[in-house]
Amino acid sequence: MPDTPAFWISEADLQRLFDCLRAAGFQTVAPQVRDGAVIYDRLDEAAGLPHGLVDEQDGGYYRLTQHPDAGPFEHVAGPHSLKNFLFPPQETIQQWRRQEGSWQQLNTQTAPEALAVIGPRACDLAALAIQDRVFLEGDFVDPFYQARRERLFLVAINCRRAAATCFCHSMNCGPEVTAGYDLLLTPVDKRYVVEIGSAAGEQIAQQLRAEATLCTPADLTLARKVSQTLAEQMATRPHTPVRRALTTAEGTPASTQPDAAPVPRSLDTENIRDLLFDNLQADRWDEIASRCLSCGNCTMVCPTCFCSSVQEVADLAGDEVTRERHWASCFTLEHSQIHGENPRPTTAAQYRQWLTHKLAGWIDQFGSSGCTGCGRCITWCPVGIDLTEEVAAIREEAS
Amino acid sequence: MKTLASTGATSPLPPWQYTRARIAAITREAPGVQTYALAIDEPERDRLLASQPGQFNMVYLPGIGEAAISIASAPGEHPILHTVRAVGNVTNHLAGMTVDDELLLRGPYGNPWPLQELVGADLIIAAGGVGLASVRAAICQAVVNRQYFGRVAVLFGAKTPADLFYQADCEAWQAAGIDVEHIVDQPCDGWNGPTGFVHQLLADQPMTAATAIITCGPEAMMRALATAAFARGLPPDRFWLSMERNMHCAAGFCGLCQFGSEFVCKDGPVFRHDQIARFLEVHQL
Ligand SMILES: Cc1cc2nc3c(=O)[nH]c(=O)nc-3n(C[C@H](O)[C@H](O)[C@H](O)COP(=O)(O)OP(=O)(O)OC[C@H]3O[C@@H](n4cnc5c(N)ncnc54)[C@H](O)[C@@H]3O)c2cc1C
Ligand code: SF4
Ligand code: SF4
Repeated sequence: MPDTPAFWISEADLQRLFDCLRAAGFQTVAPQVRDGAVIYDRLDEAAGLPHGLVDEQDGGYYRLTQHPDAGPFEHVAGPHSLKNFLFPPQETIQQWRRQEGSWQQLNTQTAPEALAVIGPRACDLAALAIQDRVFLEGDFVDPFYQARRERLFLVAINCRRAAATCFCHSMNCGPEVTAGYDLLLTPVDKRYVVEIGSAAGEQIAQQLRAEATLCTPADLTLARKVSQTLAEQMATRPHTPVRRALTTAEGTPASTQPDAAPVPRSLDTENIRDLLFDNLQADRWDEIASRCLSCGNCTMVCPTCFCSSVQEVADLAGDEVTRERHWASCFTLEHSQIHGENPRPTTAAQYRQWLTHKLAGWIDQFGSSGCTGCGRCITWCPVGIDLTEEVAAIREEAS
Repeated sequence: MKTLASTGATSPLPPWQYTRARIAAITREAPGVQTYALAIDEPERDRLLASQPGQFNMVYLPGIGEAAISIASAPGEHPILHTVRAVGNVTNHLAGMTVDDELLLRGPYGNPWPLQELVGADLIIAAGGVGLASVRAAICQAVVNRQYFGRVAVLFGAKTPADLFYQADCEAWQAAGIDVEHIVDQPCDGWNGPTGFVHQLLADQPMTAATAIITCGPEAMMRALATAAFARGLPPDRFWLSMERNMHCAAGFCGLCQFGSEFVCKDGPVFRHDQIARFLEVHQL
């Protein structure tokens, strides 16, 4: 939307943003602190944003620290992503009732609420585009995802800092937001440059812009500079991840030591599909399995993981049936369970499935990597297994 | 090239849209294996019948679950035939159902056997156990279009003689000029046929430049067959196999059926060997 002028809002104007979105019929979803982490949930008041907090992240490590100068969007990726809202962890997909021996589908499905999500980053929009390819752009369309996706409004934010776990620059997914938003906020000091990315965004912008200062070309240059500076910082971090000792002398994972300096991540994606598919028998898979707990956390927090299973919930007579779709994880035995044998019974086979799907198979299936470099799987792995490190190790083993 | 009869383009019922089907007849085939003839409700009948050999339907029993089941009947044939081994939740409940009971179906899904591509070929159709259901429609099509194929052989292996099924079909196929061979690995008194595994039947089959193999059965059986066929000089791009994986959506969303880069539900279940060879050779993929 190049014709619609960008404009400035202040931190105090954020409440007006919430109000305009709600007046336009959206439920507002925004970052907020819960249980020591920045998560996404319904939020009506800008005061509820995580003001003054920065998230320190490393393998198996996440802490919020107070920074009085920090604005409400200084955190980066937390445990939630847009996936939680478009493809929720559990949803009812159908209800059936048996009447005189015949099954009737109940028409209980209501249109989902229109959501406006404030806060997604470049990596989140990249993950959304990846899930769109899975659920909307294949031979079949997932009707449940589609209904929510059509009602989604996105107020994206440009990051001005990265956690040590972030490697969006390696995956070409950030740090700059370039497409896929309705409105884009770039923090500049204590103010935000607001840019418009869609007709729906323009409608909201019209109300916000009324009392606002329009941006000059110099202001927009300033906004671009935020991402450029961060991109340069990320690009000049070490390219190959430094190998950390896996455990300290006391046996606790090194990564849970708050004073261990976090290692900035990057991922060498050169020829990564063939690297992984040519090394399906690498020793490293077994070595990883000696640390991996098969807990599936990585699959739950990953914004692109899309596996699911459908469960039948029936009343005692079996005449009233609800079908629930749940997230599934390739780290469980049920995932691949068929009669006779379980194709992937070991942790090594499960981790290999996860990593090779994400970074190799995905390219064949959907024409892009399944990884955006958000770093969530590194942070939320209880033992700090780091896919960037594992790929580097497989590369080393192969060379 | 000859266009084979009844190879229609399909427009499957999308997930999760179903058509009602009534069990019109149940045939006991072997211990634990029954064939269900399903009469399909009008509105969507044509979509379900426009299948191609090797495709499958999702059979849904509300409150119980859903299972992928190959379409055993020939394209266009009504009622549809599904031959099912009772191994778990859905298939055991199905085994407890009776004529006139209702169930729900969606399909047809998946990549079919490449019969059109194989016009003129010497076909070896090899099956292990209930895998015969997945190739039955292909055999029916080869029978109808008999003159467009060279030698056609069906190699069928089962555990015991009692586990061999489709006996009436086998006789009809033989009468239509198809060589039908049986093998069991646990013979009993009175069994005069060969003892062993399906790939051992390959030894007696001529292997020509025109030979092509299509196979469905336990993975171990299909692997052994591939090894035996390649040892006799069959190029891997003349070998097709139908893979089996867990699947909940059959549309590429649920992710459960992945095999390397492939979704068994939509890139398969039928694959050409050389296209998945790098995955087939890996244990526990
Ligand atoms: C493309 C395709 C075509 C097919 N065609 C046919 C066909 O024509 N005929 C046919 O008979 N089959 C066919 N199958 C196989 C069929 O889909 C499977 O056997 C399916 O699992 C049966 O579903 P079920 O609910 O009866 O079994 P499930 O309940 O899924 O059980 C399957 C097996 O897993 C075990 N199991 C289940 N849950 C667990 C658990 N939590 N822990 C440990 N073990 C567990 C069960 O004991 C059983 O051995 C086909 C499969 C595919 C993919
Ligand atoms: S694999 Fe890890 S870094 Fe990549 S998108 Fe998923 S959670 Fe983020
Ligand atoms: S890699 Fe980490 S988060 Fe993923 S299953 Fe293993 S232990 Fe859990």
